[in-house]
Amino acid sequence: MSEGHDHSHLSDTELRVRALESLLTEKGLVDPAALDAIVDTYENKVGPRNGAKVVARAWTDPKFKKWLLEDATAAIGSMGFVGNQGADMVVIENTADVHNVTVCTLCSCYPWSVLGLPPAWYKSFPYRARLVKEPRAVLEEFGLALGNNVEVRVWDSTAELRYLVLPARPAGTEGMSEDELVEIVSRNSMIGTEQIAAPAGDA
Amino acid sequence: MDGIHDMGGMDGFGPIPIEYDEPVFHGEWEGRVYAMNGAIGAWGKWNIDAGRYGIEQMDPAHYLQSNYYERWLYRTEQMMVVHGMITQEELESGTASDGERSQPLTMQQIVERQTRSRSARVDEDIAQKFKAGDKVLVRNIHPKGHTRVPRYVRGRTGVIDRDHGVFIFPDTHALFQGKKPQHIYSVRFDAQHLWGPDAPAQDKLYLDLWDDYLDPA
Repeated sequence: MSEGHDHSHLSDTELRVRALESLLTEKGLVDPAALDAIVDTYENKVGPRNGAKVVARAWTDPKFKKWLLEDATAAIGSMGFVGNQGADMVVIENTADVHNVTVCTLCSCYPWSVLGLPPAWYKSFPYRARLVKEPRAVLEEFGLALGNNVEVRVWDSTAELRYLVLPARPAGTEGMSEDELVEIVSRNSMIGTEQIAAPAGDA
Repeated sequence: MDGIHDMGGMDGFGPIPIEYDEPVFHGEWEGRVYAMNGAIGAWGKWNIDAGRYGIEQMDPAHYLQSNYYERWLYRTEQMMVVHGMITQEELESGTASDGERSQPLTMQQIVERQTRSRSARVDEDIAQKFKAGDKVLVRNIHPKGHTRVPRYVRGRTGVIDRDHGVFIFPDTHALFQGKKPQHIYSVRFDAQHLWGPDAPAQDKLYLDLWDDYLDPA
């Protein structure tokens, strides 16, 4: 995909998008300033840091964790993370025995309000096609090899429920504060394609 | 419809295209498509289910050659023509053909409208057909329109894991034939039941399925 800004090198798709925005602006159907604001929202304001804050709180506050697992919509809403594609949330917990991982085989449903917009690989045909059938092979491509002592649970988001994985808190983080824990929670760990490693320097 | 979008379980697509530190949008045009889709969707001429059905009706070869936001672009263009917001001639020429002008929605209006239609949950007291622990058989159905029951679970048996409550039924909603509110359940399937003896015996799949997709097993 061309990233160039020289208009003579715009792809057909880029030209089509410009023509559509121009037409819709001319007809008074969109306001370019509103489009700028929407882009800014997802480039700069709503992203996986929201989810990381939910996870860090669940790791440090047992009452919050219980609420999160029982009524994720209310618990997440209490932190102010409400929005599109996150109106009805479910949180599933990874443990030493159970590894959860999420997908949407039919389109690319994803919890925007807590993770932002999905990465390209999540929307890719290989991920959508393969995860339900060979999750362990897919996870190995992400560097995660799971033993047969672990039960893998794949969640295919076929409805309007949106899933967030609560990753296991790594060993060696007992002394870390909630704010410090936010920094170690990766986006992929909340999709379920990674586990969070113990911080460097700890056993 | 049994379309190309129903990809669960297909082989041949290759490795996962993992990209580290990728941008939110790969190129400015993706952000513009995303934003236009939201700003136009907020007019309320169609619903999210109809929008998904719009993408599903792409020619399969075109679908496979398009990335995510190219499919959204196609959907936004087609839905606007079908619902009379623009004409095919305007789409092709890029120029408004008549003097009619609307007042565009502001960011605040877009957010307000999206907030009102955000949840597909329906506040109606409708009896559930199943409870946690019940065995269910997924109906072997092949609707020509929109549906959210993937092929890979049709005709298979699973167990109700939990009841999520009452939601809009996408099959009718996508065709503007009403919300037909009913319960959605998380249904658990054994991986071996779906994929055969090579799948690990302990692994499971969970899908969210509506009452109208299920029979008692």
